[in-house]
Amino acid sequence: MARTLFDKIWDTHVVAELGEGWALLHIDRVLLHDLSGARALSEVAELGHALARPELVFATPDHAVSTAPGRTGETFAGGARTLAGLRKRAAETGIRLYDLGQPGNGIVHVMAPELAIVLPGLTLVCGDSHTCTNGGVGALAFGIGASELTHVLATQTLMQRRPRNMRIRFEGSLPPGVTAKDMILHAIGRYGTAAGTGFAVEYAGSAVRALPLEARLTLCNLSIELGAKMGLVAPDETTFDFIAGREFAPRARAWDAALADWHALPSDAEAHFDLDHRIEASGVAPQVTWGTSPEQVVAVTEAVPPPRNPGDRAALDYMGLEAGRPIAGTKVDWVFIGSCTNSRLSDLRDAAAVLGERRVAPGVTAWVVPGSETVKREAEAEGLHRRFLEAGFEWREPGCSLCVAANGEAVPAGARSVSTSNRNFVGRQGTGARTHLASPAMAAAAALAGVITDVREWP
Amino acid sequence: MERFATVTGIAVPMLWANVDTDMIIPVQRLVGSGRQGLGQYGFERFRLDPDGSDNSDFPLNQPAFRGAPILLAGENFGCGSSREGAVWTLMDMGLRCVIAPSFGDIFHNNCFQNGLLPVRLPFDLIRRIAAAMEEGPGNARVSVDLEQQVVVTPWGEAVPFSVDARKREALLSGLDEIAQTLQRAEEIAAWQARDQAMRGWAWDGVALG
Ligand code: SF4
Repeated sequence: MARTLFDKIWDTHVVAELGEGWALLHIDRVLLHDLSGARALSEVAELGHALARPELVFATPDHAVSTAPGRTGETFAGGARTLAGLRKRAAETGIRLYDLGQPGNGIVHVMAPELAIVLPGLTLVCGDSHTCTNGGVGALAFGIGASELTHVLATQTLMQRRPRNMRIRFEGSLPPGVTAKDMILHAIGRYGTAAGTGFAVEYAGSAVRALPLEARLTLCNLSIELGAKMGLVAPDETTFDFIAGREFAPRARAWDAALADWHALPSDAEAHFDLDHRIEASGVAPQVTWGTSPEQVVAVTEAVPPPRNPGDRAALDYMGLEAGRPIAGTKVDWVFIGSCTNSRLSDLRDAAAVLGERRVAPGVTAWVVPGSETVKREAEAEGLHRRFLEAGFEWREPGCSLCVAANGEAVPAGARSVSTSNRNFVGRQGTGARTHLASPAMAAAAALAGVITDVREWP
Repeated sequence: MERFATVTGIAVPMLWANVDTDMIIPVQRLVGSGRQGLGQYGFERFRLDPDGSDNSDFPLNQPAFRGAPILLAGENFGCGSSREGAVWTLMDMGLRCVIAPSFGDIFHNNCFQNGLLPVRLPFDLIRRIAAAMEEGPGNARVSVDLEQQVVVTPWGEAVPFSVDARKREALLSGLDEIAQTLQRAEEIAAWQARDQAMRGWAWDGVALG
């Protein structure tokens, strides 16, 4: 029977069928970050279990660590104990920990593809909803809760109910200035933040095939904002080229065997999708959110829409916006380029290219927080950091930072931020902070203009 | 996990769509926290006015709804972050059941792991229950019976709901899922041995030296 990419990975990993669509799945890789990971390791120990397979578990601190230049694990005092706990448990259990300042350290969903911890056809979990990012290499990667994480660490398996299959095809080519971030925001705006609930979403079509690997990670990153735990892109030559030679990539004969398996992964031509959507890539414009849910999004050329319900009115009120006014021209106080959505080398290159020799508008606080130690070093080797610094940006250490404001770094109450992250929730970037989600290029343009602006007007 | 069989009591209406787990508990409260004692921070950004006093408009602050064990919610409740702290917070606030038209996937799973029952009902019905709670002279009650799989509305109608049979069993018995899975240790080991033979590439590169 014809099967989807998702079906193939799922079927391979069933240890036992449990009935009614439930299965006990083998989990090939586990990622831990300082918040959910330290707690889970403690819980496993407190319950009297050992880690089932320490070699399949990888940890990195990212959430509750300062990203100030010259930071240590103690700079943000609130996270110091959590980090100390993670270090201690990692040493006890023998799992790999990529500590601050080491290559491999970084935002968990940036470092995993970077080190090829995640590979096509694998199952991967993390106590973090944006684990779906890793589906960009053609893996079945999803976020789980704390109890489920403890279960995985103790058993290397997880009980899951098989989701349904959805496909979103982006056909044709993207207009200049439009990125993967715009594609997925556009889809979320069209289908809503609950559309993917209960589904694994495969992104396909010629515009997706044309995306570089890092952009596919961005695309999959916001699957959870579409309501889907899992997002996937079929692996192809782009994927294989990206993986080859990375730290945990298969080598020599193992590489050939892997390639043979990976070539069989893409969805069969006749595979059935329970829902199949199609979007014309040429119709996607640079996007920017206006509200407090990622589905409250418009093209930068559009006006803030009239409210359709009390939720929309509350969002307008929180964001300090007026329906009917163009979103472009809205004054901006902060710009954040970072997060597991858009903090990879290609994102920083995109943003730096928009900056050129220009400077950040007066009154705008602008930060670049690279996604990982390696991204930071590679960007510095290219001189990107100088471009940012000369423009008036801060160039910081890797971590989640202003994406979630768990580390003492926050956008002040009432301040308006254009952010390359994935959530514009009330208070997400700090109590009272107003977040507009956009691509790195759009964020850079907003920094230059001091207002939300169409990046295509900043050649 | 805490067992769940039935709960009867006040149902507090909070019918906004897309209530995310950041709204239920801000991440700052989870840095270095345990599973206990989070209730005091539940919905804090909404419960408190900017000056730190209680926002009397917020449903959970209204005297009629204090101590409610049931929450009536809108579409896509618990979307966003996977933080299980959201469930711990709701339970620490005394809630045992959330009734909503739909839930975020990860939150929905997390509920069952802790003995908080998520019940899906049509939004129209939830709105009618909410109206009855708001109009009731203080004695309107809702009952949720997991054994029978019915919600009894304030006007006495028994409305069936469906819940995954596996999850229902686990909740009724307070099952330890890790112990249950570890009974399959041999099956898991056999799967791993087979997979290592077939997909050596998935294992070789990460072996600990
Ligand atoms: S960058 Fe943001 S979304 Fe990504 S893992 Fe960190 S906190 Fe979560």
